[in-house]
Amino acid sequence: MFGRKKKTTAKNALYLDTPEYEYIVKADNLVYEFKDTDEEGNETERFRAVDGVSLNVSQGDFIAILGHNGSGKSTFAKHINAILTPTEGSLYVGGMDTRDNKNLWKVRQQAGMVFQNPDNQIIATVVEEDVGFGPENLGVPTEEIWVRVNKALKSVGMTEYRYHSPNKLSGGQKQRVAIAGIMAMKPKCIVLDEPTAMLDPNGRKEVIATLRELNKTEGITIILITHYMDEVINADRVFVMDKGKISLEGTPGEVFSNVDKIKSMGLDVPQVTEVAYKLKKRGAGFSAGILTIDEFVEELFKNNTVRDRGREDSCSARMQQEAVKDLSPVSKKVPIITLEHINYTYGGDTSFSVHALKDLSLKLYEGEFIAIIGHTGSGKSTLIQHLDGLIRAESGSLYFRDKNIYDQDFSMTELRRKVGLVFQYPEYQLFETTVLEDVMFGPKNLGRSEDEARELAKEALKAVGADESLWEKSPFELSGGQKRRVAIAGVLAMDTEVLILDEPTAALDPKGRDEILGLIDRLHREKNITIILVSHSMEDVAKYADRIIVMNRGQAVYDDTPEKVFTYYRELEKIGLAAPQVTYLMAELKDKGLNLSEKITTVEDAVNELSGFIASVKKEGNANA
Amino acid sequence: MLRDIIIGQYYPEKSIIHGLDPRVKLFGTMIFIISLFVNESIWGYVLATVFVTAVIKMSKVPFKYIIKGLKGILFLLLFSVIFTVFFTDGEVLVKIGFIKITDNGLIRGAKVIVRLIYLIIGSSVMTLTTTPTDIADGLEKSFRPLTCLKVPVHDIAMMMSIAFRFIPILTEETDKIIKAQMARGADFETGGLIKKAKAMIPLIVPLVVSSVKRALDLATAMEARCYQGGDGRTKMKPLKYKKGDYAAYLVFALYMGIMIGMGVLL
Repeated sequence: MFGRKKKTTAKNALYLDTPEYEYIVKADNLVYEFKDTDEEGNETERFRAVDGVSLNVSQGDFIAILGHNGSGKSTFAKHINAILTPTEGSLYVGGMDTRDNKNLWKVRQQAGMVFQNPDNQIIATVVEEDVGFGPENLGVPTEEIWVRVNKALKSVGMTEYRYHSPNKLSGGQKQRVAIAGIMAMKPKCIVLDEPTAMLDPNGRKEVIATLRELNKTEGITIILITHYMDEVINADRVFVMDKGKISLEGTPGEVFSNVDKIKSMGLDVPQVTEVAYKLKKRGAGFSAGILTIDEFVEELFKNNTVRDRGREDSCSARMQQEAVKDLSPVSKKVPIITLEHINYTYGGDTSFSVHALKDLSLKLYEGEFIAIIGHTGSGKSTLIQHLDGLIRAESGSLYFRDKNIYDQDFSMTELRRKVGLVFQYPEYQLFETTVLEDVMFGPKNLGRSEDEARELAKEALKAVGADESLWEKSPFELSGGQKRRVAIAGVLAMDTEVLILDEPTAALDPKGRDEILGLIDRLHREKNITIILVSHSMEDVAKYADRIIVMNRGQAVYDDTPEKVFTYYRELEKIGLAAPQVTYLMAELKDKGLNLSEKITTVEDAVNELSGFIASVKKEGNANA
Repeated sequence: MLRDIIIGQYYPEKSIIHGLDPRVKLFGTMIFIISLFVNESIWGYVLATVFVTAVIKMSKVPFKYIIKGLKGILFLLLFSVIFTVFFTDGEVLVKIGFIKITDNGLIRGAKVIVRLIYLIIGSSVMTLTTTPTDIADGLEKSFRPLTCLKVPVHDIAMMMSIAFRFIPILTEETDKIIKAQMARGADFETGGLIKKAKAMIPLIVPLVVSSVKRALDLATAMEARCYQGGDGRTKMKPLKYKKGDYAAYLVFALYMGIMIGMGVLL
């Protein structure tokens, strides 16, 4: 008993005491090496994940670290929490050397860490108890734990959910609980390792807003590791990591003025930044590193002799456009899947029941690239599972070509052969000993012979660009992006005519995302596979799809081309969606009275439209002069 | 089917039962289960029914919700009933080949099914009204004396509460993997035992792989939050008996007394 008491007081003293320091985080030439060893324990390979990183972070800064997967950013982040310690060089947190074991718990208390997967970091089954977990570990007295938990929950705006089970929360709410769990430990600094990678756009906004608030009102130092560019534009400083080194650093404006360099590192820039950059290349007057729509508009007027023409009637003209749903089918095409009055309710007749699909009728045509968008819970996942016969509608009919799949004699095996469904995070379904065997699983299930299945598998693997050297490897040895390709091949190998993908780019970095979307686009164009893509990224949808179905509360509220659907951006916002950033940019310019097309949804179109416009204004200006 | 299992799920509500100390509820559940075996008379079952109904009513958990939880163990129930009915000696009522149904068999079958159902309901009421953390805390505190015998009581309790936390997550994941493999033409339903067992591989392997990953993630997250075992830890919600808890103990003792008394007298 005495021993325990002594230990508690020692710990209490630890978390109250603050040493002198200049920077909250100070990395000096930090190197971290992964070592692979063979069975006898001999070293076989060394890999420098972090290679000489030096950076200083002042108390109260909002820092962002960018980098593609494998750039070393997560490995570096784990040093700040002393989960890893440097192989060479040093890292100080609040003036404490992380290599010194006696500082370990104090370092972790001062620099808390939030991880990517919201489910895998919540320990307790009730929100408030999870927030209390950290203080309990620190040996904080019971009464103070309550004070801290109350305060932490309030600071992330989760007080009303304190008695809830974390399983019933949305992804963004779970991450806020995780942040509260750190806040209750009274940290100086929070390190977040891709906290938004697995969230939908609303969840991402929620988390970033919370972080900004904590940074501003509580003076917490934030170190945000991410590959979403729109999350870093408000950071004080941005570091870009590549191959274990810091390759760019500065304010967001400074960093994003190197568009080509950032792209060469497999990253992205915000759409306005890219538009301004491309226009500048074509001779328009923009300074480097434009980050927001406001900056863009200001520069356009200042440097390009374009004048604000006041709010003309363009705005009201758009308002007059009735926001009716446009379900006009494209004739002369062959319908491949037809839904007629489909209804489906989750949870039976209990009070938890959710009417997931309400009298939904749709016609999907052969050879289309359809995107389905809608916020979480809008019914889009339920919809795609109906298309593959995994969920049976309560009422209504679903036709594949001209056969009703709910008919007695209809073969579900046949349907699953023709309609391939790739679930979210499909890499979690890999199980075979080799990649090739895994891809053969589908065709073999559908009655193909071993040889036929192998041929189909090889073809599918080639189609997804999985190198032959990978075929005999275990699927668990592959990288994240490779696994996902193999999983897609596993569905393709069934020789499908329709490929449905549920957020195939979730948690991938920009390069991985572009590769997967490029692959899907190629399958659509070269193999004429009908694509149905569920996505949260309006930018991706605008770029690739030729038809968008917007789901809300189990109904298709819009169904049209991207250009038309995104003109309803105000209505989309009301149902928790948005339009691509360029669409907002063009709308803003049109509001200022400029005569521009409002049906712009991609960077390329925006650049073309604007460069034409600037040139014409110049000509006009010259003629006037 | 997996969705139907409610043992280990907490039903948030404010009730007298929810407010009891977990140690009381653990003890009470134990008493209730034992009581089902000390008194086999019809009145014993009636009293047990009245008692459990009263407790459920007080807990404010809807009956429907608890009944639904039985669906998950339907197979187990049927299996044990058939087993008892067919293999109990007594006066033969029906005889088909080597299978015979006896009067004793039927009576015992009925008793087995009632006991099993009550056993599940009793423990469901406990888990539905007690957060897993509380259950773990209750167990930890009740079994603390065993620490002297080098039993890692704290660690076992921590493991339990983590297991509870991940049951719904893994259930959901299982559901998802089943669907994903079905989309690849996998068949989990038809075929003999061996074929069915083989069909489970595409489900089990991904589930194990992802669980291991989750475990590693969670361990890192716990360490990052300064978890270093039970020593020197304080409690946000230390267990403390209140007046109501003593009253509850008394009620349980009374219930058990009546049960035993009836068993002896009747």
